[in-house]
Amino acid sequence: MLKPNSYRTGPDMAGRFGSHGGRFAAETLMPLILELEAAYRAAQADPGFRDELNYYLAQYAGRPSPLFFAERLTAHFGGAKIYLKRDELNHTGSHKINNCLGQILLARRMGKTRIIAETGAGQHGVASATVSALFGLPCTVYMGEVDVQRQQPNVFRMKLLGAEVIPVSSGSRTLKDALNEAMRDWVTNVNDTFYIIGTVAGPHPYPELVRDFQSVIGEEARQQMLLAEGRLPDTLVACIGGGSNAMGLFHPFLDDEGIEIFGVEAAGDGIETGRHAASITGGRPGVLHGNRTYLLQDDDGQIIEAHSISAGLDYPGIGPEHAWLHDVGRVNYVSATDAEALAAFQLCSKLEGIIPALEPAHALAYVAKIAPDLPKDHIIVMNMCGRGDKDIFTVAGMLGVEV
Amino acid sequence: MIDGRARIEARFAKLQAEGRAALVTYVMSGDPDLETSARIMAGLPAAGADIIELGMAFTDPMADGPSIQVAGLRALKAGITLAKTLAMAADFRRQDTETPIVLMGYYNPIHAFGVPEFLAAARAAGIDGLIIVDLPPEEDAELCLPALAAGLSFIRLATPTTDDNRLPAVLANTSGFVYYVSYSGITGAGSADADTVASAVARIRRQTDLPIAVGFGIRTPEQARDMAAVADGAVVGTAFTDAVRNSLDADGKATAATVAAVLDLTQALAAGVAASAREG
Repeated sequence: MLKPNSYRTGPDMAGRFGSHGGRFAAETLMPLILELEAAYRAAQADPGFRDELNYYLAQYAGRPSPLFFAERLTAHFGGAKIYLKRDELNHTGSHKINNCLGQILLARRMGKTRIIAETGAGQHGVASATVSALFGLPCTVYMGEVDVQRQQPNVFRMKLLGAEVIPVSSGSRTLKDALNEAMRDWVTNVNDTFYIIGTVAGPHPYPELVRDFQSVIGEEARQQMLLAEGRLPDTLVACIGGGSNAMGLFHPFLDDEGIEIFGVEAAGDGIETGRHAASITGGRPGVLHGNRTYLLQDDDGQIIEAHSISAGLDYPGIGPEHAWLHDVGRVNYVSATDAEALAAFQLCSKLEGIIPALEPAHALAYVAKIAPDLPKDHIIVMNMCGRGDKDIFTVAGMLGVEV
Repeated sequence: MIDGRARIEARFAKLQAEGRAALVTYVMSGDPDLETSARIMAGLPAAGADIIELGMAFTDPMADGPSIQVAGLRALKAGITLAKTLAMAADFRRQDTETPIVLMGYYNPIHAFGVPEFLAAARAAGIDGLIIVDLPPEEDAELCLPALAAGLSFIRLATPTTDDNRLPAVLANTSGFVYYVSYSGITGAGSADADTVASAVARIRRQTDLPIAVGFGIRTPEQARDMAAVADGAVVGTAFTDAVRNSLDADGKATAATVAAVLDLTQALAAGVAASAREG
């Protein structure tokens, strides 16, 4: 495949990143999707929009998040210097708030009066419920029944924030089914409802606008790294379910070709077992949830249920821009198993006093694989995209501890 | 081989001569099992179905309500595949050369099958048209244009949100008929009143000469009669997947009542559509 002049120009007018992306949506939604795109273009051209977003990012979400030199993890692995981008310190405990603030400001500009969202781990649901409370809009969150069970603290948080949480009992009862159900709500309530999609997926322009709202992560990391080390990092690592935290970190660095980039998918019980959530490593291109991308599917195009200890990575697809970055070879997509993530979760807690979410624990598990063999002047930036309070029950269960 | 557009055109011409609208029946292919499904399909024309929409099961049917979702999962569990659906249609076509068959579903199973391979197989099976929920005009290059080139109709959904500015884009590559979705929502969730639908149909008719069928929310012979009075066809889906479900045994298997449940409903709906013609 021909190397592009820049990796940052997508999507094209049709919402494509190479052959991925697009607008594979029902006709009922198409007028609204086109209206959203027009509203986003108008917002991009309006400095007042950026100012308003920056105000809330700073004063409400607590940005910029620190870039922390993890000395003890670095010493433990004995190789590369490891920096953690501390997006788990944002208000609500993950990177999801960056995108939710951007989208709810758009919703207000469009005059929408009701918010819906899907959630897996509950982080996006909590962030959506939070911004809805902030702006006084009713919010309905769809969440798979399996995830409702394993993420009880977040379900309660959403309810405290005034959101209605609807458990989804269809299909695999996880994130993919929550997305189906949110789409069904949206089709039904298309006139007054804004759908805050939580990841860099869905019909165009969602992958683009979520990426843009999350790119604050990489933009900050770039400046912070220059201040800390006087140079850019050598390696970036982030976990990937749909891929919004990863895209947010990666995108501002894509044209710095010396930087090696790793997206870590969830390998569940192991890729070879078939019980995993690694859409690029173990899937092939197809069309689901409004876009073409790599999907876990059988020979007949039926979607295969994903498996991961992490509810936030338990999704059979991946954002279309990641699919393209894989096709053109700019980003390396690798994977970490449940067991590896669990080990990294404990290691990070003990060595750095940071309890990571199970999602970034996958990223750390990959850092653990590469850091020991890299020279001491090699710099890795890993996105610590969420905190692990929500996961303590899952982890306790895995470790055979009763909480 | 008869061109897929010709068979649909001929069917609407015949109905127009008879002075009545079409009863379009949506049944899920392979539900509750392939053999029962084939018997249902074979019986539909004699029971009064004018056009058969054959649902292609998909694990993630985003525009469908619970009844059609579950019907698709039943069919998948019983082993349906796109290839088997095409084979069933081909068997039907050997017995019936006049009733149009329209495949309805989502794009991914076709994407996985391969578009050129699928179009060739669909033509060979005697399929006349396609309704693919997640392929709006913006994605016409994917399947719509190749399907038209292969001699299949591509039937587009128009919805209450499709305003006059957008309608020309929706109609541009539509052929066979236009499927007007009577309310914004998922299948089986609501119903629209005939007056609202009549004005929407009139709005579409100002921009196309194609027949207009109305679907979503038509369950009873009375509703079919009312919609048939204001459109060229009435599409019924969820009532059929409900009829199948209600006829199953405790293990979800077909019973002696299953085929009859669907065909009896077809007869009742056909009587409703015919009643509208007498009144009209």
